[in-house]
Amino acid sequence: MIVLEKRPQPSKAWSYATPLVAVVATMIFGGVLFAILGKNPIEAIGTIFWEPLFGEFAFYYRPQLLVKGAPLVLIAIGLSLGFRAGIWNIGAEGQYIMGAIFGAGAGLAFYPLEAWYIFPIMVIAGAFGGWLWAMIPAFLKVRFGTNEILVSLMLVYVAEQMLASVSLGLLKNPEGFGFPGSRNLQSYDSAHNAELIAGSGMHWGVVTALIAVIFAYILLNRHMLGFHIRLTGEAPRAAKFAGVNPARLILFCLGLSGALAGLAGMFEVSGPSGVVSIDFNVGYGFTAIIVAFLGRLHPVGILLAGGLMALTYIGGEIAQSQLGLPAAAIQVFQGMLLFFLLAFDLLTNYRIRAARSEVA
Amino acid sequence: MKFTSLLTSAAIALGLATGAVAQDKTKVGFVYVGPIGDGGWTYEHNKGRLAVEEHFGDKVETVFVESVPEGPDAERVMTQMALDGADLIFTTSFGYMDPTINVAKKFPDVKFEHATGYKTAPNVSVYSARFYEGRAVQGHIAGNMTESNIIGYIGSYPIPEVIRGINSAYIHAKKVNPDVEFKIVWAYTWFDPAKEADAATVLIEQGADVILQHTDSTAPQAAAQEAGNVVTFGQASDMSEYAPFPRVSSIIDDWAPYYIARTQAVMDGTWETANTWDGIREGMVAIGEISDAVPANVKEEALALKAAMAAGEYHPFTGPLKKQDGSDWLAEGEVADDGTLAGMNFYVEGLEGDIPQ
Repeated sequence: MIVLEKRPQPSKAWSYATPLVAVVATMIFGGVLFAILGKNPIEAIGTIFWEPLFGEFAFYYRPQLLVKGAPLVLIAIGLSLGFRAGIWNIGAEGQYIMGAIFGAGAGLAFYPLEAWYIFPIMVIAGAFGGWLWAMIPAFLKVRFGTNEILVSLMLVYVAEQMLASVSLGLLKNPEGFGFPGSRNLQSYDSAHNAELIAGSGMHWGVVTALIAVIFAYILLNRHMLGFHIRLTGEAPRAAKFAGVNPARLILFCLGLSGALAGLAGMFEVSGPSGVVSIDFNVGYGFTAIIVAFLGRLHPVGILLAGGLMALTYIGGEIAQSQLGLPAAAIQVFQGMLLFFLLAFDLLTNYRIRAARSEVA
Repeated sequence: MKFTSLLTSAAIALGLATGAVAQDKTKVGFVYVGPIGDGGWTYEHNKGRLAVEEHFGDKVETVFVESVPEGPDAERVMTQMALDGADLIFTTSFGYMDPTINVAKKFPDVKFEHATGYKTAPNVSVYSARFYEGRAVQGHIAGNMTESNIIGYIGSYPIPEVIRGINSAYIHAKKVNPDVEFKIVWAYTWFDPAKEADAATVLIEQGADVILQHTDSTAPQAAAQEAGNVVTFGQASDMSEYAPFPRVSSIIDDWAPYYIARTQAVMDGTWETANTWDGIREGMVAIGEISDAVPANVKEEALALKAAMAAGEYHPFTGPLKKQDGSDWLAEGEVADDGTLAGMNFYVEGLEGDIPQ
């Protein structure tokens, strides 16, 4: 018989080891899956993890890792603060969309004027859009005690409808032959979130993501507010005694995560994507939830987790086209990663013991 | 996104390298918006890819990536294919238009073919099929089959291609059944079985007993089957697993001949930018078998309609036709020109509701 025994203290060693063990387990079981599909597992795993970083065309893929990882990290950092305090913003996808709409809208309002101040205005507008969208569940929770998980999630679908609406109407490219979608911001210099060094993949969104990581780290470790966030999550009763104002914390955590998600959307629409279109959002807001947990809700962990997720996306695409792996197999592979992480997470709080079966 | 000269020179170097290494093998890439098992749009494009492989055998190598979101991800997938030495890349969704143009600029030696778009370049062709011809046959059958006189239509996006289909189906349904009414639901997706099933259910609940779809999955067919007395048509692919009922016929996209011809052109070095828009006559649009659930006389008329379009004797948009707002569009006997059709952003008279914008 095997029994689980709760640890008196969560194991520090396991909490650091879990992500690594999960990655290794994913590689092993993913390899088995690929082998069953008739592919060479070592080649497949190698393609996914090695090719984007050190392969023949790494000069192209490495910058792409930044492009793909930055929005994930930026959103996940915001989410992690709330998650730590037990405030569950599940609607980052919607805030991401609103950030993009506000940011792009602010930029296009100036078209075709070229001026230095347009891009900063777009940044502010993008953050504001995301913040505003997150304030709806925040306000409803503070005022009426609604569940922020449901409200923020439902608002994703509202945001998707808004996205469709502006793509077809307000922001539609007047020179687009009636097709939906805005003007391409990539060809509007003042509004273009271009690479800072051509070919590096380093655009303002990547820079902002890195700054967010640093600030989140400082906030959590050196600032009273960060202490309150951690305290509320770990010991809500103690937090009350420490004088934490729960309403203020809800507004702060949801507002900040919304603003960061909005920024991510704004940097995406003005840079890699270029256009507000009906299909603009591709699930960064949801994937960021995985990234936040994969990174243990720790800023540095999230940075690494964002990189890892980006790697599986890009490596997965290469494996698809070079080895003919089906897209679904790659998705299963990504799902395994989260599954194993959660499974091994058990070991942080519990220890496995072989117990003698007792005589009845 | 701007690229360094590094990338360009590397790409050129690579172009030279693959030219030397893979002289005998032409590499053809396909970028798909849905999974190859969608049973509709992507499934047919993938059949086209397999036909290329079968036709050319060892002389060709094909690669594909499925379920690629429209946007920066598509750009990366195309770039990756080009870096890996593809000579010809088919990008098979409308939303791949700007990414295709962007990548094509960086790889002037690689040929690109974008389905259903309108932007061309020296190394970018566009191709599409005159699906609206199939819609005419569909509308004819649908108008005859409906008993509630309500036909449900699952639109994907309100873009000209889809609006053309709605208009064509409506005109021909109305011809045989003046009382017919169209209910249109916009799904804002090409492929999302859950959303498509929801849309179909909503339409059925509103009394529709015929469901037409411009989305790619078989989910509406399944929803109709469950309802029991609702007629459907296969979209993009035959969807014959739902025949003879609810699926009574289908519009099939046959890309194989085009893909083979374009691959051949790349091999021969005769590839040129083209804007292809083929229909029933050329075989790019086919009508799937009309099942026995359709009365014999209706089937006969439908086949006659198809034959007339194949022979070039009949155009689905022939006047007199008015726009929704009552203004004149085509005079008696006048035929719509391709320019108007390509940018069609209005309903014809009789359709209710507004095109979302």
